[in-house]
Amino acid sequence: MAEKYKLIKDLVRMEIVDFTFPKKEYRTGRHDTVLPYNWALGPTWTRFFDGLKEGKIFGTRCKKCNKVLVPARTFCPSCYEDMEEWIELPQEGSVETWCLVNYKYYGQVKKPPYIIGQIRLDKANCSLTHFIGGFDLSDPDKVRRKMKTVSRVKAVWSKEKHGDIYDIAYFKPI
Amino acid sequence: MGRAVAVIGTGQTKHGRRDDLSYPDLVREAVKKVFEDAGITPKDVDGVVYGSMPSMMEGMAYNHFYFADALRVVGKPLLRTETCGSTGQSVAHTAIHWIASGMADVVLAVASEKEHEGDAQATMMTILEPFLMVTIGGAPVAFSLQSREWMGYYHIDDDKAREAASIVSVDSHDGGLKNPLAHIRVKLTKEDVSKAPIITYPVRLYDVCPTSDGACAVIFASEEKAKKICKKPAWVKGIGFRGEEYFIGDSNKAVWQSTIEASKEAYKEAGITNPLKELDVAEVYNPFSYQELMFLECLGLCPPGEAPDYVIKGTFSPGGELPCDPSGGVLCTNPIGAAGLIRVAEAALQVTGKAGEHQVEEAKLALSHAMGGAEQFNGITILGSEL
Repeated sequence: MAEKYKLIKDLVRMEIVDFTFPKKEYRTGRHDTVLPYNWALGPTWTRFFDGLKEGKIFGTRCKKCNKVLVPARTFCPSCYEDMEEWIELPQEGSVETWCLVNYKYYGQVKKPPYIIGQIRLDKANCSLTHFIGGFDLSDPDKVRRKMKTVSRVKAVWSKEKHGDIYDIAYFKPI
Repeated sequence: MGRAVAVIGTGQTKHGRRDDLSYPDLVREAVKKVFEDAGITPKDVDGVVYGSMPSMMEGMAYNHFYFADALRVVGKPLLRTETCGSTGQSVAHTAIHWIASGMADVVLAVASEKEHEGDAQATMMTILEPFLMVTIGGAPVAFSLQSREWMGYYHIDDDKAREAASIVSVDSHDGGLKNPLAHIRVKLTKEDVSKAPIITYPVRLYDVCPTSDGACAVIFASEEKAKKICKKPAWVKGIGFRGEEYFIGDSNKAVWQSTIEASKEAYKEAGITNPLKELDVAEVYNPFSYQELMFLECLGLCPPGEAPDYVIKGTFSPGGELPCDPSGGVLCTNPIGAAGLIRVAEAALQVTGKAGEHQVEEAKLALSHAMGGAEQFNGITILGSEL
């Protein structure tokens, strides 16, 4: 049946070739919307991103439930208390989950294949979503075997830092 | 839960790539059908609820303004509800709340999506803020992460999960073949599924839903009106909805609390204590086959960590103890905003014996479900043939 499907835009969309709606006999109108935004990141996320620029990963601690969350938060999602105590987190942690991305999509910052994972940094009470890399990702089966053995990872920093989440290039297995 | 509410009519478009008509005409296709099915006119309707994904999916904010005429809402109150993938369930719940509260007697609920007009995955990229989480590539990444988290949490063997996910995909596609309105209508084998190109490992092409154009309309009515208008209404037995924190990493998504709590609430309202035994059919939201496995557990249909075993032994297959997604599910048809309302409509068709070739015999109690956001929302609606 595979020939019934045509993969277009590489792996982005799947369509049935022999679909029976009328061949295109009506017009479509092209219209693009491009809108610029400037998002206020506030004092908490400003300090978090300043930290990344210095090669440090900051979380904040809730004074009520004691949880440390990263990225740093202004308030605790469970207790609704201010989180004013800043904690510099270790740059190592364990992999909670991962997936190998092998398709292209709009706004993608990396060429596939790459791994996105949830990394629980030591001393943090939540996971950080980031890339896992630093090894050959071309063969999914090899990646699967490799990732079976990976439990601990360490942050690798980008050469150029801009004060954003990509200042961490990825987390590499240790 | 307030006054009793029933579904008195459903209408769905032919789903697929609908370049053959404009978006308002697509909405009208479903709305015309629902009025024909219910046997009433727009005059009988007290209010309209509409929902879709973020309207920017199709390039215009507030698309319900564009559909005012197609929705037959001129001169009537209109509510818009949207909760990402669970929009369709939320639209149904809004209509149900509206009637249960006594503020309306007959409400038209409509949901739609015309994904081929834009770049669906690009719109998905605008659902999350762009600074604090690395770019989670639309739905496949978020839900593959979740599926693997579930596999890791319960130490589920990769090959066993693969086999069960393949069965889910094959069963759904078999359902799609029997449903003339489904988008993808194709016969697949387990091997076709397990050997398909990788999208976000372990998820492969046929583990993923298509991008579809389609609309769904459902008319809800109070007990008094339903009994007057409709020979065989589908009664709302229970509903539940739960949301979670914004950051995906803040909680364990393998034991997905929003699915668990939303379904518990719906079961409690419906007086269901053993859902696997008591339900006759389930329209589980399954845009990803691996994710359906997790849902089967979180919806309380099998013990935690055992969904692959139950799927492999055929519990949720056609003819099994609880057939899931006989319509083909989201794996065959995914106009996202409408997908959750299609689940409600399909559940209504099943308990009223109107599902045609994909009818589950003697179905009396049906569960419908949808989830949305970055692993953030879950909604459930249970329908039954008896009040």
